[in-house]
Amino acid sequence: MAVPWYWSALLAFVVVNFLLISASVLVYAERKISAAMQNRPGPNRVGPVGFLQPFADVAKLLLKENIVPYLANPFVHSLAPFLMVVIAMTTGALIPFAKGVVVADLGVGVLVLLALTSISVYGITLAGWSSNSKFSLLGGLRSAAQMISYELSMGLAVVSVILIAGTLNLTEIVESQAGGMSLLGWNLFRNPIGATIFIVTAFAETNRTPFDLPEAEQELVGGYHTEYSGMKFGMFFLAEYVNFFVASFFIVTLFFGGYLIPFQSALVSAVPALDGSIWLSLLQVMTLILKAGFFAYLFIWVRWTLPRFKYNQLMTLGWKYLLPIALVNVLVIALIISLFRTF
Amino acid sequence: MAAQILFFLLATVAIAAGLGMLLSRNPVGSALWLVLNLFCIAGLYLTLNAEFIAVVQILVYAGAIMVLFLFVIMLLNLDVLPEIKDIEWKKVFGFTLGMGVLGLLSFVVASSLDILPNEISARRAAEVGSATSLGEVLFTQYALPLEVIGILLLAATIGAVMLAKRKPV
Repeated sequence: MAVPWYWSALLAFVVVNFLLISASVLVYAERKISAAMQNRPGPNRVGPVGFLQPFADVAKLLLKENIVPYLANPFVHSLAPFLMVVIAMTTGALIPFAKGVVVADLGVGVLVLLALTSISVYGITLAGWSSNSKFSLLGGLRSAAQMISYELSMGLAVVSVILIAGTLNLTEIVESQAGGMSLLGWNLFRNPIGATIFIVTAFAETNRTPFDLPEAEQELVGGYHTEYSGMKFGMFFLAEYVNFFVASFFIVTLFFGGYLIPFQSALVSAVPALDGSIWLSLLQVMTLILKAGFFAYLFIWVRWTLPRFKYNQLMTLGWKYLLPIALVNVLVIALIISLFRTF
Repeated sequence: MAAQILFFLLATVAIAAGLGMLLSRNPVGSALWLVLNLFCIAGLYLTLNAEFIAVVQILVYAGAIMVLFLFVIMLLNLDVLPEIKDIEWKKVFGFTLGMGVLGLLSFVVASSLDILPNEISARRAAEVGSATSLGEVLFTQYALPLEVIGILLLAATIGAVMLAKRKPV
């Protein structure tokens, strides 16, 4: 579907700003939720119930001195945080927010998503290498090894979704889940193993606990961003939150019906005026954000509940459990689909 | 027209990145130049309407293989090569000129033997470049070569595992 360029540009502007704002809201949410879980008040000084705390933090980071270590590679050292943020924001362009509301409606959308995920490791690896510090280098190496290991299982989980939907386009993948009142048709119910694998690998790809070895504070100080200060550190922070928010959007898009409102067909037949109107699109956007918000909460919840893996456990889980399970899952789904097609 | 300008722009950057990879004295720098080169090639595929190949290029080469390369380079912690003291400009000039003449001659030979690829329209290219048509051709016309390549890759993987396992555990 061809849309005028200014519509795409406006939408892209809205999406980027939405992601920026949501990152600071998520930082606040993370601190408040962790505080509630640890039975302490959390930030409550700046603004009403501390809501302006993340904005104050950003202002502080902007004013801080930018320190580049002696013997660091200055160009790559500056490039790495930009790469992180740019790639994290680009992924947002692929999310279908409602029917027809997507910045880049690509025929190969899912593959672009996987490609962007796989190149996002450059930011961390280069940050680790260019800082010329042992802690940073170890963090960068760990993240490269971790991302390579979990990318395969993630790719295979996505392949199982592609097999079911029969398309690489994200909007069409969402539409393919419209059966069963837009609820039972979710890929979660059609492909539960794939959904589990994708969620686990999404945690690993976004470097969130229990897979946050690249920035394990106890052993690596700050990991790959040890030598960063000021807004460059802020950009790593921003990229982390945007990454896991976008990851929750993709979990929803691929497995939880995307923007489809549960009982959407019943709703449209009850209120026929809604069909094709802007209000339906708005409702769909709200549904998507609610669903993604739940998964963002899940990311935070898991972080403050589970301890970190040991490195060998991480590798064992990735290569010896997730990868074979994902392979068998793809095989089983392909067999079932080919059987259904023949009969 | 815009596609042609983009093509030459990307081609220039790709060549520059290739040269940068060869001339860089720092192994990580070389790897990064190569990554830039791979991205330009992916862009070239896009200008030729082959979006599937373009994405797979980034996914496989830039996203997987180069990350592994970078990983190994960082693990080995290679030294930066010493700067070249004096460049023999005569040899550089001669090499460039020789390669230029070779390119020109191969073009003449290829065009006189009529083995240059035919020009196809952008619309046809977009049809051929989509994932669906590519998959159809791969699994019907080229099914056997595809399977053979699969076995070849499997053999390479098993070989790598065997090499890694050589020491008794």
